[in-house]
Amino acid sequence: MNLNFKNIKKIRIEKPLKLDCGSTLNGFDIAYETYGKLNESKNNAILVFHALSGDQFVTETNTVTNKEGWWNMAVGKNKSIDTNKYFVICANVLGGCMGSTGPKEIDPSTGKPYGLNFPVVTIKDMVSAQIHLLDFLGIKKTLAVLGGSMGGMQALQFCTLFPDRTFAAIPIACAASHSAQNIAFNELARQAIMADSEWDNGNYLISGKIPRKGLAIARMAGHISYLSEQGLQNKFGRKLQEQTDVKFSFDADFEVESYLKYQGYSFVDRFDANSYLYITRAMDYFDLYKKNDGNLSKAFRDSKIKYCIISFSTDWLYPTAESKKIVIALNAIGAEVSFVEIITNNGHDSFLVNEPAFFNTLKGFIDSTYEEFKNEA
Amino acid sequence: MKLEDDVLAGLIDINSRVLDVGCGDGSLLLHLKKNKRVDGRGIEIDQKRVQESVAKGLAVIEGDAEKDLINYPDSSFDFAILNQSLQQFYDPRVVLNELLRIAKNAIVTIPNFGYWKVRINLLFQGTMPVTKTLPNTWYNTPNLHMCTIKDFYNLCKLDNIKIIKSISVSGGKISNIQKGNLEIKNLLSEIGIFLITK
Repeated sequence: MNLNFKNIKKIRIEKPLKLDCGSTLNGFDIAYETYGKLNESKNNAILVFHALSGDQFVTETNTVTNKEGWWNMAVGKNKSIDTNKYFVICANVLGGCMGSTGPKEIDPSTGKPYGLNFPVVTIKDMVSAQIHLLDFLGIKKTLAVLGGSMGGMQALQFCTLFPDRTFAAIPIACAASHSAQNIAFNELARQAIMADSEWDNGNYLISGKIPRKGLAIARMAGHISYLSEQGLQNKFGRKLQEQTDVKFSFDADFEVESYLKYQGYSFVDRFDANSYLYITRAMDYFDLYKKNDGNLSKAFRDSKIKYCIISFSTDWLYPTAESKKIVIALNAIGAEVSFVEIITNNGHDSFLVNEPAFFNTLKGFIDSTYEEFKNEA
Repeated sequence: MKLEDDVLAGLIDINSRVLDVGCGDGSLLLHLKKNKRVDGRGIEIDQKRVQESVAKGLAVIEGDAEKDLINYPDSSFDFAILNQSLQQFYDPRVVLNELLRIAKNAIVTIPNFGYWKVRINLLFQGTMPVTKTLPNTWYNTPNLHMCTIKDFYNLCKLDNIKIIKSISVSGGKISNIQKGNLEIKNLLSEIGIFLITK
């Protein structure tokens, strides 16, 4: 695949960013995209946070890959999040590989890609970096911040860090802390990458190699966890790949095998292996419980934010029970919270596919919230 | 809006915190938000109705009151509303007491099984009553624990629940229920509305 990084929009923040790990980034880039128009009152801005493998290209065409934006289903003209009406913003996360400062970018102190010299970043660091984008765009308070999976974690983190900077928040298919199972899956992915000799101890960009196999396997493992058992069964069952019987070999006999391989290897073309290590690590470190002495309510205590929590019935990576814990914590402090569990077979990936009940909830919440926000200002 | 909802809304103080348990599509909650400026929350088990409520700008949680009320802190609301669904719970007594733990007051409305038409229906037909307020047949009714106004009084007494106000709705008319007219109101009311506290 030919990638074209020329048209990436980015801002340079010339302020130091103190990271959770203790080190400081002296200035950093944030690559971003916007869709729709910011109105005069600047009250129609929606900040979308992307997930692990996502980027700033929420909708329309991704100018780097020339493919559709990752949330085309939900965001765009006349979609649930209607860009005729709302100004949608999305930034590539810190540590990402679509233009924001991350392990793939050049370390100004050495003139070479950071690689593993890039500091370990956290969800809090990612969100702290993105607040500068809102400042740059002149937005004091967004209508909503939202995202699925790691995007949902960023939304939660945003509410704890900047309770006055958003009117509403929609954390989707996420959790307030990474479970042992979540960490285990991420570790599997990281080990796959690091076991690939082409990874070259993280120096592959300098040595001109690409850890294709490792990253592809990491992505395959991820993909299994994003789908439900029933979803996989319905889609593939035991169907064979363009043949009538098994071949008694280790080639891809089954359709599900070639599907996974395709997902794995096409991912390698657009994603940086070190970025995958850094971002999965950021997710693993996410724990709003620990930060608040086990009392999640404390995290949100000072906010007047309107919440809409959404989970999916067959999501076993971030199960409904995790979302309910957030709902309970918010209820305990009398926060204005709505909660919907969407019944579906599509597993964790439900927020990325055509899921009408989900889209209706999203649209209903955002549109009604906008009416309230307009009246408040 | 139905007369009984109007009566119910009349019992709610302006600017109070309200939890509507089984809020349906959120119509009542929206009415209270607009007309009584309440800080309202809802729980509803049906996903479609939750979506309808959320689209009205209401804070509604998809959940089963029987399992989820336990998650609400003590006295976090001024009023908890249970609109004609007490009889649908597995353990109505526990739910009733949970309501009064979460809220300072509860407003409970019940379809009265003691209503004369219901009694006549059973007496002369010999089948489970089907009436305007009890439209389902015995095999498809969501009602597990039907009770009369008198039954409700007795349960309140048993659990030391104070009935602040009790209102009878019948044939489009409302009237007060008191200890003195309990027997007759138990016979003449289609619906009973109770404002209770502990």
